[in-house]
Amino acid sequence: MKVGLFIPCYIDQLYPQVAIATLELLEKQGLKVSYPLNQTCCGQPMANSGFEHLTHDCNKNFIQNFDGLDYIVCPSGSCTLHVKEHLHDKSDETKAEKIRNRVFELVEFLTDVVGVKNLDASFPHKVGLHQSCHGLRGLHLAQMSELVAAPYSKPEQLLKMVKGLELISLDRKDECCGFGGIFSVFEEAVSAKMGQDRIADHIKHEAEYMTGVDMSCLMHMEGILKRQKSDLKVIHIAEILNSNLT
Amino acid sequence: MNTNKTHSELAEQFNRDTKRVDWHDETLWFVRVKRDRAANQIPEWEQLREAASQIKNNVLSNLHDYLLEFERQALLNGIHVHWATDAKEHNEIVHSIIQQHGINHIVKSKSMLTEECGLNEYLHDQGIEVIDTDLGERIVQLANEPPSHIVLPCIHWKKEEISELFHQHLGTPKGNADPKFLTDAARAHLREHFLTSRLAITGVNFAIAETGEFVVCTNEGNADLGVQLADVHIACMGIEKIIPQRKHLGVFLRLLARSATGQPITTYSSHFKKPRAGQEMHIVLVDNGRSKRLASDDFRNALKCIRCGACFNTCPVYRRSGGHSYHTAVAGPIGSILAPGFDMEKNADLPFASTLCGSCSHVCPVKIDIHQQLFNWRQVLVKNGHVNTTKKIGIGAASFILSRPWLYKISGSLVRLFMRAVPSLINNRLNPWYTHREMPKAAPKSFNSWYQTNRKNG
Repeated sequence: MKVGLFIPCYIDQLYPQVAIATLELLEKQGLKVSYPLNQTCCGQPMANSGFEHLTHDCNKNFIQNFDGLDYIVCPSGSCTLHVKEHLHDKSDETKAEKIRNRVFELVEFLTDVVGVKNLDASFPHKVGLHQSCHGLRGLHLAQMSELVAAPYSKPEQLLKMVKGLELISLDRKDECCGFGGIFSVFEEAVSAKMGQDRIADHIKHEAEYMTGVDMSCLMHMEGILKRQKSDLKVIHIAEILNSNLT
Repeated sequence: MNTNKTHSELAEQFNRDTKRVDWHDETLWFVRVKRDRAANQIPEWEQLREAASQIKNNVLSNLHDYLLEFERQALLNGIHVHWATDAKEHNEIVHSIIQQHGINHIVKSKSMLTEECGLNEYLHDQGIEVIDTDLGERIVQLANEPPSHIVLPCIHWKKEEISELFHQHLGTPKGNADPKFLTDAARAHLREHFLTSRLAITGVNFAIAETGEFVVCTNEGNADLGVQLADVHIACMGIEKIIPQRKHLGVFLRLLARSATGQPITTYSSHFKKPRAGQEMHIVLVDNGRSKRLASDDFRNALKCIRCGACFNTCPVYRRSGGHSYHTAVAGPIGSILAPGFDMEKNADLPFASTLCGSCSHVCPVKIDIHQQLFNWRQVLVKNGHVNTTKKIGIGAASFILSRPWLYKISGSLVRLFMRAVPSLINNRLNPWYTHREMPKAAPKSFNSWYQTNRKNG
């Protein structure tokens, strides 16, 4: 089984520890994982800004890097969803389609493909799970509160395997944090307020850490937390699942 | 709404009063929670949504036939049927009916279509006084502002402020903000208008092709009171309000109130089939851009909307920016995909007033893919040149860099270097991110270079 690691550009540049944790976590499952060195970005920043027509070369580069792999795994729900919904190449649509069908977000890859039953991990802290929207409503990593349907949660399923971890409950279990890519800059006021409100919900329930499948949401809230000089910290779910704290 | 400000500028103003934002957010979240509770009491809720969605798809695919069937039946019932191409024609038709009866004072129950067409201002300019009889609508009308929500028009007003407004306009004692007292005062005030008005306008929630009848849903009974006391009833509806048969009403009535306010059903679901003896009944069918939208694969779906407002209540952006920040008759997520269809230039900001979180599409009782349409509108707006230069240059540069792995690596290193060496270059007032947030700390090494050191040759 050939597994390729797709690391979002901002994780590559700003949060390499998340990528390292992802790689190590996959390797612990006995998987041989390769990281195509010329990958850059999934093209979402352009597309969500209304410039999807400028993503062609970016898409081509993505396909060149990830062609021929059995699975492509990414520690981001948002970037994964973007590839699934928007990766196209007019000159070679078959390759693009293959990749669209083989790209997985890390958590769903672990629960659905690898079928992880237990993890050798411990993280003795109170943790709040921030359900990032694209993973939740796009990839269906958990049941969204809008629907009348049976509950489930793939991230929780994994977090429950971590020794010592106490998952706190939240007043609003799946409200958006307000990051939204370019929204965070062009609608700065509302974006910041949404982030502050998610944080307040976590603080109210005495979380020590906020975790989630998307570092971009966490980056936005980390920025607010640092401004507030708060003790609450953000941590990507891969880092928790890969950690061995005692 | 007359403003040249964008959603983000108006939202920034709204956010200067944090307590008010919290109050607005919590008030509407309360409605969302009520909606969840009501929906969860219906085990077949998702099938209902699917049925409603399919009925509406069928309507949109056969709209021409259903409209003609509706007209035929309505005429047989003795209703006058009028067709309006656009807002202007709609307003003129309504005005001409009013004129024929020599009336200069009318009552109107809630109709988002007449808001869309700017009927109140038009009639005001013709010297006709229009009294909105829905309590919330009357409040915003007295305050001389548009509704901020399609179901809860004055949700942005606090009871103390309403007390002051009533004190000024209705002469209630200053400082009495008891909701029951204020409602009674409004009731007495509105009664007078009901009793003296010879013509009443209503909106339409559902028009049934099979029978030529239509249904108006209100919680206050104001549509009924207005219509029953008037000699002339004019009902105004967008052409998409058609449903094929009476039996389909059950699907929509069950969804509408639960989605809107969490009630099992609206207090009054009034069926109008034919004028009572001596009464005159008119129906104005309005296109106003709808058939153009019908022809668009990407955006036709928005015509399924039954105006429940659930997407407003769930939208984390709407709750924290207020309805007026959308500067259009229909605000919120649905407004953001409707408004660019009317005026792309004026509403180019609205599809960007969203994080694309997708909550709207999943509370929508008729399954409109709202967040997908927001994304699609962004593409259309940029292609039509409705984008600011900074964004255009920025995205162009990003696309150039991200298509070239070598350039991406160099740029990444440089940016990280600058972020570490001269943080003030980025951490300043010119950077909107920095207003309420610290910048992320740049890592000394990218993952890519870590990997090459630690794995590639290992």
